Amino acid sequence: MEKVLTKNIRDNREPMTIGEYEQAGGWEAYKKALHEMKPTEVAGLVKEAGLRGRGGAGFPTGVKWSFMPRFEENPEKRPAHVYLVVNADEMEPGTFKDRLLMEGDPHQLIEAMAIASYAIGADIAYVFIRGEYTECQRKLQRAIDEAMEAGYLGQDILGTGFNLKMYLHMSAGRYICGEESALLSALEGRRAVPRHKPPFPAASGLFGQPTTVNNVETICNVPHIVKNGAEWYKSLGLHKDGGTKIFGASGHVARPGLVELPLGTKLSDLLDHFGGVRGGRKLKALLPGGGSTPLLTDEHLNTPMDYEGVGAVGSRLGTGTMVVIDDQTPIVGVLKNLEHFYAQESCGWCTPCRDGLPWVERILTNLEAGHGKPGDIELLDLHVKLLGPGKTFCAHAPGAMGPLESGLKYFRDELAALIPPEADTLDLTQPANAASNN
Amino acid sequence: MKLSQTEIEAIQHEMTLYEDPGAATIEALKIVQEHRGWVSDESLEAAAAVVGVTPTQMEAVATFYNLIFRQPVGRHVIMICDSISCYLTGYEEILAYLKKTLGIEFGQTTPDNRFTLLPICCLGNCDNGPAMRINTDYHGRLTPDKVDAILAEYP
Repeated sequence: MEKVLTKNIRDNREPMTIGEYEQAGGWEAYKKALHEMKPTEVAGLVKEAGLRGRGGAGFPTGVKWSFMPRFEENPEKRPAHVYLVVNADEMEPGTFKDRLLMEGDPHQLIEAMAIASYAIGADIAYVFIRGEYTECQRKLQRAIDEAMEAGYLGQDILGTGFNLKMYLHMSAGRYICGEESALLSALEGRRAVPRHKPPFPAASGLFGQPTTVNNVETICNVPHIVKNGAEWYKSLGLHKDGGTKIFGASGHVARPGLVELPLGTKLSDLLDHFGGVRGGRKLKALLPGGGSTPLLTDEHLNTPMDYEGVGAVGSRLGTGTMVVIDDQTPIVGVLKNLEHFYAQESCGWCTPCRDGLPWVERILTNLEAGHGKPGDIELLDLHVKLLGPGKTFCAHAPGAMGPLESGLKYFRDELAALIPPEADTLDLTQPANAASNN
Repeated sequence: MKLSQTEIEAIQHEMTLYEDPGAATIEALKIVQEHRGWVSDESLEAAAAVVGVTPTQMEAVATFYNLIFRQPVGRHVIMICDSISCYLTGYEEILAYLKKTLGIEFGQTTPDNRFTLLPICCLGNCDNGPAMRINTDYHGRLTPDKVDAILAEYP
């Protein structure tokens, strides 16, 4: 298969110099966009290509860009700044793909950001990087400095009148920063608490200015679309969505890692690529695209891995990096680990999330320790409802309910069997964690 | 107390990168921590004065983020990933070994001030689980033997 996003990436992830990147065709798409295309044409092309967000939500990128206000006709109305923010806060459990793109080919991301900034009319672009990714920081800063020196960033770029500054922001760690409005709060130097929508960031984003937030992998597709066109891009996919995807596997697979393959690749082929379940064991379940995507099981192995395909079987493609669970693993421990993560990473802003997620974790902790009570399974069902979409301020708690709801669906008997037969009443006067002693 | 000239200049540089200079709170805390190992009440107040926010605003930010330390830490900070991929590949065994070897629990520092042990969310090193980070270095595919060799690299 034709490698698109990873074609310049070496096994040791040592990035190209800017000269080598140019030799490999780098910065050509940027020149084409600046010299031959209007910003709206670039945005229109991305919309036509059907590029969808690779950060987890799968929202069409071109549609997101089309929400940005335009000032070409009346430049006097242009606000002080228009922003592009790249979300490199890769903290979804089991996700490690954007790190590869930033460490292995930083120039690709910088060029992609420059083209996207041109398309949406941004004059300042930030990369919001999770604090632990210091290697990404070092390589991206070098790439930005090289692009500055080569005249691809700065004032009156390539004599076109386009201006662009680019900065890195190193986060200080919190999963909620990945939620785009919380990310903007963090970038403004405040607690990463999500904001009410509307207004959406395109209307009022960073410092109240028009802002677009895109994921690293999403935006890295842009130069290739500009260079090769929308039809080419759509033809890369094998099912309904176009393009390639960086897929990954971790957990109980024989050869954990990352690979770029067409969107729509069959789940069983993907598993085979990573050597299947390790130690000759059988597949129990997998999270197809990070911690907040509902579980799939061996009945779903024929699923085409794209947004439409995974959506049709009740889960989400998410970040496309799957976590594989073998048949020797009790599901309760998996769910407890995931819900612990979400409980801990709740920003605490809204009550259902702040109080509901620790309750879910305690119920699972009790079940695992053999202290479950009749009614626990139904209580988990209730949480799935009360923490679902529309019940909380942002998508954090609904995301946390994804694996829980699917766990209750596929492994209900296994979970119910954890309740000891002598436990006969649900004593609501006692705290749920009294028995587990933590 | 006052911050050093180096710290103040580094913070002031970060303040130029934002439309609102007050946005550099996180950078300011990180700069102070880089120079002092952790963020004391006094250095938090001094950093707030440089950025131009109140100490309360600074404290709200400092206590929200995982990588800002509001208590002293050892010379080296070990952060072991406790998220799903590392759970499946056996981080609990590595954690038990670290606790036994170092004689400390999460949130504690060894009496010789060499190591502090903390949990961390998914490090993005999932294909190398179980994984941990010491200071800014990543270590993966951990086994107890490997942990011994790695710890020896941090005197």
